[in-house]
Amino acid sequence: MSQLLLDVNGLTMRFGGLVAVNGVNLSVKNRQIVSIIGPNGAGKTTVFNCLSGFYIPSDGSVMFKGEQIAGLKDFQISRKGLVRTFQHVRLFSKMTVIENMLVAQHRHLNTNLLSGLFKTPSYRRLQDEAMDRAAYWLKEVDLLEFANREAGNLAYGQQRRLEIARCMVTQPELLLLDEPAAGLNPNETKELDELIIQLRDEHEISVLLIEHDMGLVMGISDHIYVIAQGTPLADGTPDEVKNNPDVIKAYLGEE
Amino acid sequence: MSKIYNAIFAAGITFVLACLMIGVKLNTEGTTLTVSGASGEQWSWIVGGIVLVFLAQLFADRIDTLFGKLPKPKIGALLPAEEKRATLKPWLLAALIVGLLVWPFMVSRGAVDLATLTLIYIMLGLGLNIVVGLAGLLDLGFVAFYAVGAYTYALLSQYFGLSFWACLPIAAGLAATFGFILGFPVLRLRGDYLAIVTLGFGEIIRILLNNWTALTGGPNGISGIEKPTLFGLEFTRRAKEEGNVPFHEWMGIDYSSSYKVIFLYLIAVILMLFVVYVINRLTRMPIGRAWEALREDEIACRSLGLNRTIIKLSAFTLGASTAGFAGAFFAARQGFISPESFIFIESAIILAIVVLGGMGSQIGVILAAIVMTILPELAREFSEYRMLLFGLLMVVMMRWRPQGLVPMKRPHLELNQ
Repeated sequence: MSQLLLDVNGLTMRFGGLVAVNGVNLSVKNRQIVSIIGPNGAGKTTVFNCLSGFYIPSDGSVMFKGEQIAGLKDFQISRKGLVRTFQHVRLFSKMTVIENMLVAQHRHLNTNLLSGLFKTPSYRRLQDEAMDRAAYWLKEVDLLEFANREAGNLAYGQQRRLEIARCMVTQPELLLLDEPAAGLNPNETKELDELIIQLRDEHEISVLLIEHDMGLVMGISDHIYVIAQGTPLADGTPDEVKNNPDVIKAYLGEE
Repeated sequence: MSKIYNAIFAAGITFVLACLMIGVKLNTEGTTLTVSGASGEQWSWIVGGIVLVFLAQLFADRIDTLFGKLPKPKIGALLPAEEKRATLKPWLLAALIVGLLVWPFMVSRGAVDLATLTLIYIMLGLGLNIVVGLAGLLDLGFVAFYAVGAYTYALLSQYFGLSFWACLPIAAGLAATFGFILGFPVLRLRGDYLAIVTLGFGEIIRILLNNWTALTGGPNGISGIEKPTLFGLEFTRRAKEEGNVPFHEWMGIDYSSSYKVIFLYLIAVILMLFVVYVINRLTRMPIGRAWEALREDEIACRSLGLNRTIIKLSAFTLGASTAGFAGAFFAARQGFISPESFIFIESAIILAIVVLGGMGSQIGVILAAIVMTILPELAREFSEYRMLLFGLLMVVMMRWRPQGLVPMKRPHLELNQ
């Protein structure tokens, strides 16, 4: 069995008396697409917030590449290679597309003030590399021609793609996508579908996905976790989950 | 109907404000205060103003459409083509700099003095532009760092006899340190809360300077601050130090007090150019982009591995050091400083420069600084109503050009494919 990229055990998040997430277990292997599904308010995004360091989990362990990351700061976690997107598009909308891509590579650039002021060779080299990486990923998501446009002026589907490209340019190993298909039309959803598979197969990263579009989830996931009211309900391959009576009950209610 | 109510309401407010601010005056007669009304002419102006406000509010929509229809000058068409502009740019810049350096020899002493003051405000505006315009941190106590810079030079010069040139980096460094110390606890606050804390900090520094009489001389300030020298040459009639020659003797020309004024102006030009260059580079560097990204969306920044504390602190620190720089020069130019020079109104004016010019835009801030320092000089007879005019200017700007005089332009980055 290959080493687990992400291994979450007994993840619990309490807000005062409210238990938003209760004992969730998750595991993601290398080059795997794993989805978390569940009714609205089930605590899926809270799980993401705990994994990415936006919340500090009340209990449980989060092992990423065999290292405990629960309790680390958000920016430290993302530097380790675990990067997320958000339910609502969060671009730097007044900045251009290419600037968005460069900000994401902040830690790969030479941020020393003096070397920037005098444009030292190492500053130039890192800047060029960053530009090349940005160009590469803009091409992958088909946004190269918009490089100098303001990000806020892009169409919604393009903004979604830019957000993924912006994450990828940080060279992550695990990408957390929070409802990437929300608000996309069927065509765009299909493109997204292909992009996510491409990320796994060609760029060899793992993707952890929250999504309501069951067509997308069932089509691309290697493994699915179902959460209802903060508690794990079921998990398995898409077919197993589809036919699980508990899952049907949680989604459709009892007869 | 609601338009008429609106117009009546606005006219009413104008009436009340105008009566309070212009209609009634307090005069001192001997030891007592007397209240006197405004003259008949002033009353007619007030009535005229009220009618104007009433009509403007009533026909606001139509005025807006008329304003929109005004043919806008096509600046793009007047300028040469894009490629030509790129080759022309360095020449234009060079011409501008030469112009700045030659100009003072042809105009009056007063004009040069005013230009020097303008240059100080440009530096302050550019410094605050980092904090407010780029990083989006509203700082209402910016003048505190200006004061730190000024007092650093004044005190070091008075107690230790250090020269202006040695103190310049020290003043910038000390102001930066103050920015850093203030920044640490404060930067977890946002928006209005940050504004209030910085406002308080500005007042603390002023009150400290006012009351620490033993060190700073309190409200009496510090006078007789050494003027800058040119490689040791002084600009006085007679050299203060034994064995030193003043500038005019060394050059073999007659003494003129305007040499000193021009020399100060030239120093200000050089300092300003230095500040413009550094900040211009900063905005194109990763740190500059990170400031803007943080202003746009802090949560996205955190998710991309940016350490917001360090980025915010760097903006605060660099902005403060620019103010310290300007402060040291201010002290050297005036020769006298007191806490009076560092009141809240100064912070407000610097902030007004940034907002008026266009948040984040360097050219805009420079233009706005020129407008804000030269306009009050041109309208001397209205000096009593200076703040009223500033307010009017702000309202007009917010109504018709909320993005500022020259809005910030995004740099165009070429991709090599």
